[in-house]
Amino acid sequence: MVNVTINGIVVRVPEGTTIMEAAAHAGVTIPSLCYLKEINEIGACRVCCVEVEGESRLVSSCNNLVYEGMVVHTNSPRARQARRINVELLLSQHDGQCATCVRSGNCKLQHVANDLGILRNPYPMDLPKGLWTTTFPLFRDPKKCIKCMRCVQYCEKIQTLGVWEMAGSGGRATIDVSHNRRIKDSDCALCGQCITHCPVGALRERDDTIEVLDALADPDKITVVQIAPAVRAAWGESHGLPREMATVRRLAAVLRAIGFDYIFDTAFSADMTIMEESAEFIKRFSSGELNELPMFTSCCPGWVRFIKSQYPQLVPQLSTAKSPQEMFGAITKSYFAEKLGVPPEKLCCVSIMPCIAKKSEKSGHVYSQNPEGIQDVDIVITTREMDRLIRSENINVFSLPEAEFDSPLGIGSGAGVIFGATGGVMEAALRTAYHTLSGKNPAPDAFRAVRGQEGWREAEFDLNGTVVHCAVASGLGNARRLIEALLAGEVHYDFVEIMACPGGCVGGGGQPIPFEQNEQADVRGDLLYKLDRFSPLRYPHENAELKVLYHTYLGAPLSERAEELLHTDHNSWQMPLSLRLQHHDTENMTIQFGQHK
Amino acid sequence: MSRLSLETPNQAQTVVEGLYRDLERRIAASPPGLCPVDISLGFLKLCHAQTCGKCAPCRIGLGQLARLMDDVLSERATLETIDRIEKTAITIADTADCAIGYEAANMVLRGVKGFRDDYEEHVRNNRCTSGLTQPVPCVALCPAHVDVPGYIALVRAGRYQDAVKLIRKDNPFPTACAFVCEHPCEARCRRNMVDDAVNICGIKHFAVTHALHVAPAANQPSTGKRVAIIGGGPGGLSCAFYLQLMGHHTVVYEQRPKLGGMLRYGIPRYRLPEAMLENDIDVILSTGVEVHTGVSIGRDISIKDIEAKYDAVFLCIGAHIDRKLGLPGENSIGVVSAVEMLRDIGEDNPPDFTGKRVCVIGGGNVSMDATRTAIRLGAASVTTVYRRRVDDMTALKEEIEEAAAEGATILPLQAPLRIDADEEGHVTALVTQPQQIGPVGRDGRPKPITADKPEHVIPCDIVIVAIGQGIDSKAFAAAGIAVNRDRFSALPDSIVEGSPKVFAGGDAVTGPSTVIRAIAAGKVAAANIDNFLGYNHVIHAAVQDIPEASLSPAPACGRVNLRTRPACECITGFDDIKEGMTEDEVLQESSRCLRCDHYGYGNFRGGRMRQW
Repeated sequence: MVNVTINGIVVRVPEGTTIMEAAAHAGVTIPSLCYLKEINEIGACRVCCVEVEGESRLVSSCNNLVYEGMVVHTNSPRARQARRINVELLLSQHDGQCATCVRSGNCKLQHVANDLGILRNPYPMDLPKGLWTTTFPLFRDPKKCIKCMRCVQYCEKIQTLGVWEMAGSGGRATIDVSHNRRIKDSDCALCGQCITHCPVGALRERDDTIEVLDALADPDKITVVQIAPAVRAAWGESHGLPREMATVRRLAAVLRAIGFDYIFDTAFSADMTIMEESAEFIKRFSSGELNELPMFTSCCPGWVRFIKSQYPQLVPQLSTAKSPQEMFGAITKSYFAEKLGVPPEKLCCVSIMPCIAKKSEKSGHVYSQNPEGIQDVDIVITTREMDRLIRSENINVFSLPEAEFDSPLGIGSGAGVIFGATGGVMEAALRTAYHTLSGKNPAPDAFRAVRGQEGWREAEFDLNGTVVHCAVASGLGNARRLIEALLAGEVHYDFVEIMACPGGCVGGGGQPIPFEQNEQADVRGDLLYKLDRFSPLRYPHENAELKVLYHTYLGAPLSERAEELLHTDHNSWQMPLSLRLQHHDTENMTIQFGQHK
Repeated sequence: MSRLSLETPNQAQTVVEGLYRDLERRIAASPPGLCPVDISLGFLKLCHAQTCGKCAPCRIGLGQLARLMDDVLSERATLETIDRIEKTAITIADTADCAIGYEAANMVLRGVKGFRDDYEEHVRNNRCTSGLTQPVPCVALCPAHVDVPGYIALVRAGRYQDAVKLIRKDNPFPTACAFVCEHPCEARCRRNMVDDAVNICGIKHFAVTHALHVAPAANQPSTGKRVAIIGGGPGGLSCAFYLQLMGHHTVVYEQRPKLGGMLRYGIPRYRLPEAMLENDIDVILSTGVEVHTGVSIGRDISIKDIEAKYDAVFLCIGAHIDRKLGLPGENSIGVVSAVEMLRDIGEDNPPDFTGKRVCVIGGGNVSMDATRTAIRLGAASVTTVYRRRVDDMTALKEEIEEAAAEGATILPLQAPLRIDADEEGHVTALVTQPQQIGPVGRDGRPKPITADKPEHVIPCDIVIVAIGQGIDSKAFAAAGIAVNRDRFSALPDSIVEGSPKVFAGGDAVTGPSTVIRAIAAGKVAAANIDNFLGYNHVIHAAVQDIPEASLSPAPACGRVNLRTRPACECITGFDDIKEGMTEDEVLQESSRCLRCDHYGYGNFRGGRMRQW
């Protein structure tokens, strides 16, 4: 332990504590812009510089450690002036048109500048130019980037993709796609974690809310909206709505107020995904097809983009089941359109997703029954875009009473709801697989061993005499570790669930960004598990409306019609390969990926 | 007002003079990977500030060039802008009245030609082709990428053994390198920006001489794979060391009686005491390397046999054969090659030069080694003859100065013409043609041309030829291994094209080079051989807790250089001529390190490779 004095307050902290953490311990806040614990401790913004007695220069507090007897002043005239000037300098290269910024009110730079009371900047504006495609789901505004490097570090350290890199040198150094690639030619998984970790509005999703409003305004369109499981765990956050009030039924009411014609639940199609995926798993597992390598879940488009770009040789291991979002669209434009007695193109299928990659997924799969290429899903907006939409419609979320989903695609089981959390897809699939194999239901929480926040978990279960080795990973770095271990023969699994975002969809790149930018996935995930626990319906195969759908329309899981509507060919679209693969021939790949059993 | 007065600089001038010195040091510390257009623009602005303002091309043109280059960097340019830059620069180069203008324009022209692709990338895509890779200058410039800030911090903390362990992660010859490394790590030391480069090599010298014996890490479980290493020099032994640690069995074939290669048979012992070399070799061998000395591959064992017997082969045979002068009299008795002489000494078979007059031909480090060795062998006089100027010698400046201090006569601008001999064939003189220094050649070095002076006769008994070394690769070429101009055709990852299990590195690939580059080649080969054998073993740093950096940099302070013992003491034998730092000195010197692993770009891009 070391004794440190911060602004006159004496604290005892363990050795190895940073000045910033020690200050927090003393109740002293040191503002910073670039710092992200354990991910970006690089002292780039220099806003956290403080005065340490006896040291010749100011010291960045985020990445320097305290020592015995250190005396720190965070508000000395020298520190105060440095903080102000460094923020002013950053502002001189930041497009501070806060009124037109999605992060206004939730922006670190705005907050720090406001707190400092900077009313005019003595430095003239010096904004870079820089173009960015408007069609890609991920949007970067170089005029807003403060070069904090968080995106670079998160993508490299947590997601192991290294899509971002510092480019150029000198005064023009900036952030760009690594290796001088264009973003659309890169192996970006579109997880969107760079967005949720950006302190300012330099990174955001492509905004598709105008398309939604246009569809709502079109008298010839019937709008059908689906709400993804994870959205219900987070949508109220940016409205200040307490979690107990931010229910999915209140959200249904909100969407109805906005004017959607049918409000449905992606948990319904998640149940459908389980019917198909568990049947597929049992089929592939019993045929011996999974003796060498496991079947991977396919519901996370970030993960699908990852495997296609990083391990193309493993694409056949993916389940062919479409994701719940796509299944939902496919059923809406077939079964539901028939039920309504309207042609499918009259329906506009809108999804509200916690995810950026879902925006690319909708154009990846084409509604197979319609040769003119009607898409399963027409418009995807993230939770954040929906929150903005709610605000723009001036809907009072506090006073609106809850409402029910519409029928028949509005009821999902608790198993469908936990799709939004890491481990949830696996757990849901096992509930139904157990039923299929044994003819009876397992205890609803029999497979809870796959829950948790560790990035890579494994469990084995006895499904009526068949032992199944399962693993779950969330975060693409963890996924990569798992795959490398699989390829090296260090582990063996039958069934693996992967979600690109740490903690699963609840921590998705399209979710609300908490001001402190601390991870919310565990809190939101717990909420989904609570919803499951209190749900009257815990098993996908017991979903009454789904049973009707199968009985009257699809037949059985993996039926011809189910294959046609609900399954996909992952090779039907192109994903840019990782540079690593572009530079290696296949022979080198084998060397790289193992042989040393 | 007096008719004349002495000029004294005013305060502004004095400050500016200081800034010039700062600038020189700052340029010396430029990290690799900067945007070449941006850096050129910076220089151009300085050049423009130097203009007196008299002539239009320089006064206006340099400013316009700067503006155009700024356009290129700021998305305001088209490809025509680059043409405009080129035309403007040509005109300034052609018409500026003095060098301030035309040399500035030439600098821009060289850039437009030399990195036009970067100009175009900026114009087309607003991007730069360059980029920083290894952020810590000393680590980046060390061919073996030794963790320099890490071991300096350990030495500062008094943890000498840990320092040696850390160095060994990347370089199994810490001791030898502490004595003879040419320390490219110091070239762009950021401390130059404050005062002067840190004496990295001197700090290492202290560490290795105070660490005593440091055992290597334990080998990983045996893989059963066998790798033949041809050549027991620094490259081969480095490769063997890392492969052993990875669990492979290595067998080193060395054609000389002892291991060490040029460290033993090329470098005189006054620079590298034998015990110091043995220290490194002992540690390397303690990992279980199997050694066969006195075996020449291609003569005693066929190359095909080796290829058949082993899972992989690393060729690291060095450059051990001498180059001939091609002059009359070269076969006279008393003409020896430096390589041959140094090798004889390495084999404890030194020639006796007592009372002899010796001439050494050449201006490189080997020439200085031969010169200083001849002095120690009792020569009555030693004259070192070189056809260019002393400034053009490739030997380290320090080596030349020390050779002179030990009594050698350095005779520049003399091109050898022939060697005269008596009737019995004994050398009597070296005859040279005096040169004058001439125009700068394509390599940027001024070339010597014949001077209008008569031949010069240097009476002597011995002529030592030190004009470079060659590679004895004929037997390998005959066995089908790809060779180009005697050098093995190996890729940067040490794979030899066309021979699946054969790897090569060191002088035999690059031509005569430094010890640290051979070590780096051994390390690279070890990694790639490991992968080739189907593994991916990781070499970890045995020391992970590197002391924290100080919060403030040490104030400007002189650099501690190692002292050389007085020449009169040194020349009587082959004892070590350097005196290491004292404890106070090493503490002061290691405190000067700016810890680029922790500060600046280092802590963003990872100041430390903890494993490879």
